[in-house]
Amino acid sequence: MFGWELPPHNSGGLGVACYNLAKALCEKHAEVIFVLPQRCDDVSSDAFRVMFASDAVKVVGIRSPLVPYLTAERYKILIASGELHHFGDTLLEEVMRYGVEARRIAEHERFDVIHAHDWLSFPAGVAAKQISGKSLIAHVHATEFDRTGGQGVNQGVYEIEKWGMEQADKVVAVSRFTKDMIVAKYGISPEKVEVVHNAVDDAIACGGNVRPFSFPGKSIVLFVGRMTLQKGPDYFVAAARKVLEQEKNIVFVMAGDGDMYHAVIEQAARLGIAEHFSFTGFIRGKELARLYRSADIFVMPSISEPFGLTALEALKNRAPVLISRQTGVGEVLSHCLKVDFWDVDEMAAKILAVVRYKELGQCLSDNGYEEVSVFTWGAVAEQCIRLYRSLMPSGV
Amino acid sequence: MPSVCFYFQVHQPFRVKRYPIFNIGSDHEYFNDDSESKLNNKKIFQKVAEKCYIPANRILLESLRAHPEFRVSFSLSGVFLEQAELYAPEVLNSFYQLAKTGQVEFLSETYHHSLAALYSFEEFKKQVLMHRDIVQKFFGVRPRVFRNTELIYNNEIAGWAEQLGFEGILAEGVDNVLGWRSPNFVYTAKNTETIKVLLKNYRLSDDVAFRFSSREWAEWPLDAKKFATWITEHNGGGEVINLFMDYETFGEHQWESTGIFNFLRSLPREVLEASPDNNFKTPSEVCTTYPTKGTFDVDRHISWADVERDLSAWRSNAMQHTALDAVYALERDVCASGDTQLIEDWRRMQTSDHFYYMCTKWFADGDVHKYFNPYESPYDAFISYMNALNDLKIRIAQKVVLPHHTMV
Repeated sequence: MFGWELPPHNSGGLGVACYNLAKALCEKHAEVIFVLPQRCDDVSSDAFRVMFASDAVKVVGIRSPLVPYLTAERYKILIASGELHHFGDTLLEEVMRYGVEARRIAEHERFDVIHAHDWLSFPAGVAAKQISGKSLIAHVHATEFDRTGGQGVNQGVYEIEKWGMEQADKVVAVSRFTKDMIVAKYGISPEKVEVVHNAVDDAIACGGNVRPFSFPGKSIVLFVGRMTLQKGPDYFVAAARKVLEQEKNIVFVMAGDGDMYHAVIEQAARLGIAEHFSFTGFIRGKELARLYRSADIFVMPSISEPFGLTALEALKNRAPVLISRQTGVGEVLSHCLKVDFWDVDEMAAKILAVVRYKELGQCLSDNGYEEVSVFTWGAVAEQCIRLYRSLMPSGV
Repeated sequence: MPSVCFYFQVHQPFRVKRYPIFNIGSDHEYFNDDSESKLNNKKIFQKVAEKCYIPANRILLESLRAHPEFRVSFSLSGVFLEQAELYAPEVLNSFYQLAKTGQVEFLSETYHHSLAALYSFEEFKKQVLMHRDIVQKFFGVRPRVFRNTELIYNNEIAGWAEQLGFEGILAEGVDNVLGWRSPNFVYTAKNTETIKVLLKNYRLSDDVAFRFSSREWAEWPLDAKKFATWITEHNGGGEVINLFMDYETFGEHQWESTGIFNFLRSLPREVLEASPDNNFKTPSEVCTTYPTKGTFDVDRHISWADVERDLSAWRSNAMQHTALDAVYALERDVCASGDTQLIEDWRRMQTSDHFYYMCTKWFADGDVHKYFNPYESPYDAFISYMNALNDLKIRIAQKVVLPHHTMV
């Protein structure tokens, strides 16, 4: 399995998904070798052995500056600033270098099927396929169109995505939303693409004795995600302004980091509502769970969200959920509110309704919590194992 | 024997439009959606009229003329009749044509197809009388048999029907109330002198209403001849087969392409030809023809909805309870206002469909609740409803200056 990040050194949902999938596969007695382009030295295989409590998963690291949400543009800046002097000149070169390193690993390891997560690992997956002759699954968690909001799509990245999916024997999409995009924008045949929705791990739920955060007398409206165009944080702030015109006793908590972080703070200040905001930066684990637990409503205003794991995490912690219609998670979630990301009035109206009508939040929370209980990584792993079997020569 | 007793429910609610919180205080039109959505009452009415009411009435009229012994009964809700007059007068006229045959009976119900029987006898009574008046106005007849919204029934409601002068009442033939007894006989309601209870034969009714087009069903395809033999098989084992269903079964729930209209067209003839003992009766004819076989006794509320046959379709989650409590809490003030428009808006907000749309039971499974829900989710139904109701509350408060409204 080729990926590029795993917790605790993840910058978003992708690392969480990879980690949980690998773990669930091991529990189903599939042996996983997880290959990472290693960014930090302290991501060690020892840590994973401990976490999985078995030797089934080996983490093999390759030094690389890659982070999943690094765009080609951003990489150029890093190179220019000298921070990455020992790496390739462009992100694309770096991705190719990962591919070359992967070839070396593929020569020395034994495996039956190759599973590569998103474009940064596609060259690695293809290289491993060329060396071994084994089948390749290209797992698409997000496309370049999602990351850029459709504006300024990097041609090189797009081509690697397209080429990787073409070279693969099977493509896995995290939603029908993503599958449609793969078919429409990448010209992949729909028969080749299988939808495997993500799940949510019980561990994200905080224990019953955790004391929620509280702003006495105020409702908490929560945003969790990278502060990037894709996640729509600016729509969240715009909706907040509409909400505050009606109801002042609300705190808008925004958890996450990203290139729009400062712009979002400035936007709130410019609108004169900064005092109603709390910015936590990137948080994870227990603190994040506690934040979900404290929220009166969790809002995911994404412009283009292939899946949207945070919505499931919020429900695991019993926060009522409002998601944009431009998400994959909406395909599997009935007990939530939905809104078009650009419809700021409707977003505000729904936030206000949940704040005002306690029974609404209660029903959303109770039914949503129950609904997500069936989205287990075990079920996802089973779906993947069926896929692996279908790709392995019969009799294996 | 047996007699076949048809009762078709005909109802369309005034659906509440998408009503965001920002409209409260300024927008008092709750039912005037004019978009392409499923909340556009006019559009929905005209669609159902074209697919169901017009063709089905035409077929029934032919059958009634061809077979003078054929009988059917309808319950037309007051809000249905109002919308027919507003949006499709030809529908109203076609029901009038049916009435003129003298072979059609019109039943009584609450004008607003409401759950008032669960909250206020006073309000319940007013709506039953309003309905009696509109049926009299349009069809020149006075209903003799009562059926409560969604066949919601218990001993108390049967008692109220007696107080209001009815001869009979319709109910669901719920297995665990009937026990070993058959729904194919007439019973007397507990604690009443005269009220006869007609019980729905849900197996045969649902064969038509729900299973007709189901290819997984062993009896598919069902034709009128086969159905007539099932009826005839009850000869000697029952006096009346009560076939109660939504009229929208014909053409709307079961599309024309399923053959439902051919079934409807052939059924009267097939039933009459299957045995000389078969006949058709309206509910009031059943009441006068057949003696009671015992007492029908049920304290809890039963209904014809869902597999549970209870109130859970309208009253199983906190949103539904809140919305229902909120609308009925306004009774005293809104009636004191004396403002007819205000009172009418309040009554339209009582229609049971509003609360059905808020039902979260089975919602994720995509069953009938989802199919029949014009809102994206039960939560959206609740939001628009509560916002509109809060606007109504403000209007009431402006009209009625009572001590508890003068504070703040």
